[in-house]
Amino acid sequence: MIRPSLPGTAGPAARPSVAPGIAPSDPVGFLHSVETGAAGDGPGMRFVFFMAGCPLRCQYCHNPDTWKLKAGRRIDLDEAIAEVAPYRGFLRLAGGVTVSGGEPMTQPEFVGALLTRLHDELRLHTALDTTGFLGRNVADDWFDPVDLVMLDIKHADPEAYRRITGCDLQPTLDFARRMVRLGTPMWIRYVLVPGLTDDAADIARLAGFLADLGPLVHQVDVLPYHRLGVQKWAALGRPYPLGDTPAPTRADIDAAIAIFRSHGLTAR
Amino acid sequence: MNAVTENATAGEPWTGFAAGPWQSRIDVRGFIQANYNPYLGDARFLAGPTTRTLGLWAKLCDLLAEERRKGVLDVSVDRPAAITAHAPGYIDRDAELIVGLQTDAPLKRAIMPNGGLRMVETGLEAYGYTVDPVVQEIWTKYRKSHNQGVFDGYSPEIMAARKSGIVTGLPDAYGRGRIIGDYRRVALYGTDRLKADKRRELHEIDDAVFDEATIRLREELNEQIRALDELAEMAASYGCDVTRPAASGREAVQWTYLGYLAAVKEQNGAAMSLGRVSTFLDIYLDRDLSRGLITEAQAQELIDDLVMKLRIVRFLRTPEYDSLFSGDPTWVTESIGGIGEDGRPLVTKTSFRFLQTLFNLGPAPEPNLTVLWSTQLPEGFKDYCAKVSIETSSIQYENDDVMRPHWGDDYGIACCVSPMRIGKQMQFFGARANLAKALLYAINGGVDEKSGLLVAEGFTPIEGDVLDYDTVVAKLDPMLSWLAKTYVKALNVIHYMHDKYAYERIEMALHDRDVLRTMACGIAGLSVAADSLSAIKHATVKVVRNAAGLAVDYVIEGDYPAYGNNDDRVDAIAVWLTETFIKKIKAQPCFYRDAMPTQSVLTITSNVVYGKKTGNTPDGRRAGEPFAPGANPMNGRDRKGFVAAGASVSKIPYACALDGISWTASATPTALGRVPEERQKNLAACLDAFAGAMGHHVNVNVLDRETLLDAMERPEVYPQLTIRVSGYAVNFVKLTREQQLDVVNRTFHAGM
Repeated sequence: MIRPSLPGTAGPAARPSVAPGIAPSDPVGFLHSVETGAAGDGPGMRFVFFMAGCPLRCQYCHNPDTWKLKAGRRIDLDEAIAEVAPYRGFLRLAGGVTVSGGEPMTQPEFVGALLTRLHDELRLHTALDTTGFLGRNVADDWFDPVDLVMLDIKHADPEAYRRITGCDLQPTLDFARRMVRLGTPMWIRYVLVPGLTDDAADIARLAGFLADLGPLVHQVDVLPYHRLGVQKWAALGRPYPLGDTPAPTRADIDAAIAIFRSHGLTAR
Repeated sequence: MNAVTENATAGEPWTGFAAGPWQSRIDVRGFIQANYNPYLGDARFLAGPTTRTLGLWAKLCDLLAEERRKGVLDVSVDRPAAITAHAPGYIDRDAELIVGLQTDAPLKRAIMPNGGLRMVETGLEAYGYTVDPVVQEIWTKYRKSHNQGVFDGYSPEIMAARKSGIVTGLPDAYGRGRIIGDYRRVALYGTDRLKADKRRELHEIDDAVFDEATIRLREELNEQIRALDELAEMAASYGCDVTRPAASGREAVQWTYLGYLAAVKEQNGAAMSLGRVSTFLDIYLDRDLSRGLITEAQAQELIDDLVMKLRIVRFLRTPEYDSLFSGDPTWVTESIGGIGEDGRPLVTKTSFRFLQTLFNLGPAPEPNLTVLWSTQLPEGFKDYCAKVSIETSSIQYENDDVMRPHWGDDYGIACCVSPMRIGKQMQFFGARANLAKALLYAINGGVDEKSGLLVAEGFTPIEGDVLDYDTVVAKLDPMLSWLAKTYVKALNVIHYMHDKYAYERIEMALHDRDVLRTMACGIAGLSVAADSLSAIKHATVKVVRNAAGLAVDYVIEGDYPAYGNNDDRVDAIAVWLTETFIKKIKAQPCFYRDAMPTQSVLTITSNVVYGKKTGNTPDGRRAGEPFAPGANPMNGRDRKGFVAAGASVSKIPYACALDGISWTASATPTALGRVPEERQKNLAACLDAFAGAMGHHVNVNVLDRETLLDAMERPEVYPQLTIRVSGYAVNFVKLTREQQLDVVNRTFHAGM
């Protein structure tokens, strides 16, 4: 895995992604799974690549089986493209491709090359579903083939963020500001977990930050926490950190949505 | 009924319509094209139900609840059905805007012994009635039925194939159906004009060579003329003068319905479709609306009333029939939308009004509302269709872009998926042959794997312990030839006898004289056969034989690609099977009345019965387990979601299955999106994509499995829960438990 240092100014030469045919060496990725037609993972119907590997250890993660990079299926770029190609016509009409995970930016070279081919060669709408935590590892033009960033922000408070994810919040906030600078539209995803992320003041703090980012924040999706991941934790032999935490009620969800909306954001 | 004529311009019924050749000859399509106004907007203009509508529907709901309890509400035992057999009947005479019932009371079923007395007797016995002695005497001593005629024609081989279930569902004991009268002609021209045209058609062949075909046709034309007289007489008993054209929107709806009613009074066809009336009726409603004669609410009331009538069409059927086609379906199919040959959408406000009945009256399986989908449909209509699907699971979609090049822009769907030009084409319904069983016959040399009896003579079984793909295919090919031969012989007999003993007089009176006839053959078990061949090719399939040496089970070692995952390695096998069987059909030497052979991949709900009659198959399916319906992937084997499954199904070329390729897909609401607008948009996009990939037909259910499980436990809470099964919709609670479980066990795509 390459970790190019941040260049002072973005230039074409710093591009870490690889165009077909001129690749010095074909990047290899680790893929957890694909879904051919998913709704809610971006505009319209999406083909989703769930990439393996994630540096975060979120307490409510519903896909802990995506944490380990090498647990994924080894796949080269042509194989990845071949997975999508049969659905090209459908996806052009109905939506596009979302690269998710895991944390897709764990594999910047492969994912960058994948996004480039999806965007330039298959001419599909592309979305990157990320926490932004590893954003500093890539150059600005890495984002050229990204039509939409779906930025997952787990919490507005750095302490709470660390408690939930085991990582720092600041890189994610920096990432959001960088997307504004690059002019990349964003959907913000906020998982509502009772007792963990449902404090009104915390939500208002995040809403304030997002409102300041301006019109590139197209919408905020309040995603209700669910317990479908519990069995996966058990299967991996890990204790489930959230115990019996229930899913939020409709009223809880509506209350969170109302806070985002009161800051002038489109939320649902 | 004086209200019907209140706005009549009986002498000038066509005032305000654009003139054209449709005035001098029978040409409903020409009339529509010259006069309809495409509607490109959204659903906001629609009106909800009036209190009158709700009151009438509530009355009917009480009767429907009683019918659910008893199975059959009432039967008119004492007289065979005919167009004029019964006095007028009403639900609530003062409240009904559109009148006419099959018998003299709502939901009272008629007996139709022309199809076969046995069917009548068994149907009556099942619900505690006894056959009238006079009726019994007539159809025993003096009058032969279709059913008796067919068995005079069958050969021992056909009988054996029928008994083993390698062909099943043949319309040899009941009305064949799948003929759509052009009921619009009654409204546009009136029966006097239609009779005059039939006389013209008759006298045109006065000097033809009087061979068997001409004599039959002459007799038929005279029967048609008589049927038109009976239609007029029946209509008059309801106070409607259908000898003249309809002069208002209400009359147009009423006249069209009376034409249809005459057909369902006389024929217990397997499917009694309505045709494509909505845009035709829109021309009349639009004329009244623009003259200020009616309001939108009143226009909607007329359609609501018509649909109520269509919801209570009933036939007396036997328990055996119900096990094939469960939930008491009648396939009152109305085709809505589509695009004209000139590129204008055939969507009008009345297209919306028909769909709106599913909200005004609540979901229902009938009429079988069928949207002729095109990627070119107006966005507002697409959105509304998607909304209706998501909220009611009551409508199906057929690809107009695929069918229009074959059938023009005035075809309708008969039954589930069968397109035909209205008034210009009919079909000889042929049920289906069991491809999965044919594969087992290929392996066992024509011996039935369940009975151990020899059904197909002249074949040798496959020897050895492991099935070799090339060997199996080489054995399957001649077995399919045998099957096609036996099957087409049976169909020729059936349709010869149906014409002779149960001719559809009124439906054919509403056709041109010279119609295109198709011989609609069909296949069942496509995914089982394709997956079996895939297993033989891509995994190792070992044969387990019984003491008699018959292959009765299979052990699969390794994985194989299953149909329904957009994997060409197996999808190509499904295509090959479909193309091969129609070739075998087309190679037959004779089709009754020079019919054009076609094929469907459709099982309706007979997939359950087919499964029961078929032993273990090399794909791992256990004996007795239901097949997947129609062209569906086997339950649970389509693991990549809705889009991949649809991609597999749409590879089967329409050209080799002109009678339709049926796919029934169920998705959970969340699979379509988080919020209603998103779901609507996404479903419309999926339909566009499926249509763009040349997929032919899709039933869309948007449901959670939990809802169905709950409905199985508490049926009383879900009287109107409607689900698309295979080419039609049913009240879920009316299915047998076995069929409910089949539906519950189908794939529910949690991802699309």
